[in-house]
Amino acid sequence: MTQLTRDDVLKLAQLARLDITEDEIALYQKELSTILQYVEQVQKADVAGLKPTTQVTGLTNVMRDDTVADYGVSPDELLRQAPNVQDRHIKVKRMIT
Amino acid sequence: MSRWLPIADLAAKVQTGQLKAVDLVERALKTIEDKKEYDAIISIISERSRERAAAIDAAAAKGEDVGRLAGVPFIAKDNYLVFGAETTAASNMLRGFTAPYQSTVVEKLEAEGAICVAKANLDAFAHGGSTENSDFFVTKHPMDKTRVPGGSSGGSAAAVMLDMAPFALGTDTGGSIRQPASFVGAVAYKPTYGLMSRSGVVAMASSTDVMGPITRTVEDAALVVDVMAGRDPLDSTTIERNPKGYANASSSLKGKTFGLITEWMGEGVDPAVKNKIEEAAKKLQAAGAKVTRISLPSLPLALAVYYIIVPAELSSNLARHDGQRYPFASEEGRDLNGSYGKSRGIGFGKEAKRRIMIGTYVLSSGYYDAYYRKAQTVRTKLINEFNEAFAKVDFLIGPTAPTTAFKIGENANDPLKMYLADVMTVAASLAGIPAVVVPTGLASDGLPVGLQIMGVQRSDRELLGVAQAAEEVLV
Repeated sequence: MTQLTRDDVLKLAQLARLDITEDEIALYQKELSTILQYVEQVQKADVAGLKPTTQVTGLTNVMRDDTVADYGVSPDELLRQAPNVQDRHIKVKRMIT
Repeated sequence: MSRWLPIADLAAKVQTGQLKAVDLVERALKTIEDKKEYDAIISIISERSRERAAAIDAAAAKGEDVGRLAGVPFIAKDNYLVFGAETTAASNMLRGFTAPYQSTVVEKLEAEGAICVAKANLDAFAHGGSTENSDFFVTKHPMDKTRVPGGSSGGSAAAVMLDMAPFALGTDTGGSIRQPASFVGAVAYKPTYGLMSRSGVVAMASSTDVMGPITRTVEDAALVVDVMAGRDPLDSTTIERNPKGYANASSSLKGKTFGLITEWMGEGVDPAVKNKIEEAAKKLQAAGAKVTRISLPSLPLALAVYYIIVPAELSSNLARHDGQRYPFASEEGRDLNGSYGKSRGIGFGKEAKRRIMIGTYVLSSGYYDAYYRKAQTVRTKLINEFNEAFAKVDFLIGPTAPTTAFKIGENANDPLKMYLADVMTVAASLAGIPAVVVPTGLASDGLPVGLQIMGVQRSDRELLGVAQAAEEVLV
């Protein structure tokens, strides 16, 4: 029975890049443990000889020509959605601290 | 306001000029305004709708072919990229996002003359079964404002039953089209996985996400499916359409075999729901169908499988919402990593964060095999059981949800209890099989119950045909 600790929740939040509040840490510690305890029932299932399913309709590699196509959307339109743009680049905060 | 005519009739009359597309659009916009207290709608697309309607009327007057859905207004769930309004997915994270392109299925509907007049409310990022997880507001049930309309496509389902438009689009990852339709008494169609392009729709879980319509009748749903279906170079998981199409497929119930799923008629199912489904099974039999009981022993595991696979996939899909590419960003954070954490911590609602962390957990090193890989393998077992069942019967039937529409707030503080609302819909999603919800009328508690009918993969035409025949005897 998985019971997440406060540190487990902080680690998950850090991996998922989610800054969460003190209240949320306590709440998720409880709620995520309950959800994980529920889904753990899959571990008891007998699946001898079975392979995992990743694609349900049986499609395999779907190929296309590697050519430039016009999708009717300009890079400028796409860039317009970003909160911080400079010289047609998305500007972010410094990466190395 | 009275009901809309059948979609095919509306389009035919717009073509001949007996009805004007501009009037249909005005009627939709007025109904949306008159019924705004239900909070079904996030945004209204008035200017573009009126322009398109006028152009369609002008083309029709010149005798041009204006399409099979000419002038027919529709409402898209707000996770479809549509011109003329923001696409928010009912999340603070996507507030201010204006689609630079449209989803493939909306393009196809527009090419046949349909007009998107509004965007409907949902649980943020389609995470939920009640619209209570919308970051904006809760949609009210059309018959009882103290109840939820289901979800996540609750706004779309309510809009159809409030006659805001003849059809609405929903998305279904684990029941998000079907469960709200059952709650409000609408028809819903969840196609075979891959039948409709996912391009231009905000992704939730890529291995189960499908697009589909919510309507008042199966006939209307089939026509919309016929327009939406087919391969799309922009979505390499799409499959070929049936050359016969999906409209006008009505068939007879005589001689058809249905398996009533025993796992869904036992404990934990509201007796009011069970009675309606038993009654529906008898009506199908009376119309000449053969109904047997059938067991799929792994079905009780489906919800656990779903709540491992889907959080895993959505935690990956939602990684793109990082405060750098889409409008929402927190100014806080002293470096890039800090900006990610702050933007995501503030921008995502509680349910999105919950699911992202569950997904992160089941995919993390050391837990991957015990959770994600194991769930994918149990998924295979479930698919095998569906295949065995479809070797014995033509279609499977059962309830759509274990209850009728619940009260607003009733499940809000218990995420696991909320997840249980999906217990009968997730299995078809995991197996990629098509499922349709047909109204059966009102249960003893006065609320609607929908019969869920499932077919084998790629049997969409046959399923819509039998659903139309079932609709005649059920309602």
